[in-house]
Amino acid sequence: MLTKIILSGFGGQGILFAGKNLALCGMNSGCEISWLPSYGPEMRGGTANCSVCISDDPIGSPLVTVPDIAVVMNTPSFDRFEPVVASGGHLFVDSSMTDRVSARNDIHCHYIAASETAEKNGISGMANIIILGRMIAECKELLPWITVDTVKGAVKGLVSGNKEKLITQNMTALSIGAIGAAS
Amino acid sequence: MERLLMKGNEALAEAAIRAGCKCFFGYPITPQTEISAYFAKNMPKRNGVFLQAESEIAAVNMVLGASAAGVRAMTSSSSPGISLKSEGISYLAASDLPCVIVNVQRGGPGLGGIQPSQSDYFQAVKAAGHGDFHLIVYAPASVQETVDMTYLAFENADRYRMPVMILSDGLLGQMMEPVSFPDTEIKLPEKEWACTGHKHRRTHNIINSLYLQPDMLEKSVNDRFMRYERVKSECTLSEEYLCSDADIVVTAFGASARIARSAVDSARKKGIRAGLFRPKTLYPFPETELKASCRNASAVLCTEMNMGQMVYDIRLILENTLPVEFYGRTGGNIPSPEDILTQIEKMNRRIKGGALSGSSI
Repeated sequence: MLTKIILSGFGGQGILFAGKNLALCGMNSGCEISWLPSYGPEMRGGTANCSVCISDDPIGSPLVTVPDIAVVMNTPSFDRFEPVVASGGHLFVDSSMTDRVSARNDIHCHYIAASETAEKNGISGMANIIILGRMIAECKELLPWITVDTVKGAVKGLVSGNKEKLITQNMTALSIGAIGAAS
Repeated sequence: MERLLMKGNEALAEAAIRAGCKCFFGYPITPQTEISAYFAKNMPKRNGVFLQAESEIAAVNMVLGASAAGVRAMTSSSSPGISLKSEGISYLAASDLPCVIVNVQRGGPGLGGIQPSQSDYFQAVKAAGHGDFHLIVYAPASVQETVDMTYLAFENADRYRMPVMILSDGLLGQMMEPVSFPDTEIKLPEKEWACTGHKHRRTHNIINSLYLQPDMLEKSVNDRFMRYERVKSECTLSEEYLCSDADIVVTAFGASARIARSAVDSARKKGIRAGLFRPKTLYPFPETELKASCRNASAVLCTEMNMGQMVYDIRLILENTLPVEFYGRTGGNIPSPEDILTQIEKMNRRIKGGALSGSSI
């Protein structure tokens, strides 16, 4: 099984971090993984994206062109990636950052006011992790290797040193995201 | 063995330090800069030298100096920077000095772009500088292979006293994958030729690339080419995937080979007998292995991220016994597996229709 994911938004929203978190979860579960960031003109112009592949088998192309799961956290990212999500796939939209709504009826669309929710809960900057929590809860079939607990483990690995406060904030964000899925 | 999640560039630098690299000289350029940054952070802590030179030309000549003193040394850059280093690379080869040179390729010519490319195949394999010489050229296709080849590069540079190039690209350098570092202890070879001070106990060693007598120069070149024959028989590496019954053999190196492998898998699912041949060393080129992989093929498709460079070697080696076609993207664009699959399907239709056979070229 191979699951292809694209995460996208403005620089500073933690797009690459969220992708690294997913990749680390996959690796800790014994999977093959790849993480490929945008490092070109788009990054310098303010938008960033990364491709993450998680698979039971060795990964061929690390560049994702038709994602099973796409996270879009601004309007340019929505316009670029909403049309290419694989049929039957999932689109996660930070609806605090864009008014766009998908007209496709062959994909699962999730609109999450992640940035506003993060702000309200005193964890601004954690919108990426709220969406990640939601993704893990909604995409169990596409991500059988990953649970909220594996993500928590990965967060601890990525946020090292004396950043206890950040770890707690990440945990809160994950829980908020997961609760959103249940309601 | 512990699996770490690392970028290709950082893993390469870590592997170099573990392989005994004591001196790194470089100059920043995207998409290679993480290599320099890793050395800058780690060399002072690990008993090594990191130096950001005033230019690429200065950096490569510092490598020449360190290597002449018997130290494992390296430099890295991306395409335009490698062009600047080419004079120094020629001098290193002419002086029979071991070193490792890394090219994390980006689109060219000129300053080009900063996205991944493979358009320096000719430069690496045919003409890394002026004069008659070769580099051993490794073409990794994953972060793990980047690490493994870095160890090999230092070892073989010393064994054959010649510069070795690792031909990476922006995709392999920037991506993260799980990687393990082998625990092997590095044994540094004695270098009796090194200029380390004779202390009045031996005649002094000379490192030189100037021979004004044609016969002397010819002898030095001939001696070097004798060594290349050993390199050819001892260092060639390649990988074949699903080639034994393949109608269409796709040939690709480095990052392109990963994409081609995905396309080969998709073709197999559609009932097309496709396979992949991947040279892991571009010099020496795995000629016998390529011929063996194509033994049952009707046609060959060479895919590269350039306008067609390795394809010339493929055609030369196969001596027109098979039609060899080319598909490539350039400028920093990366072909998708679907793009390559489309080419395989087109070729397959022409083979089945009798429009593509050995005599058609």
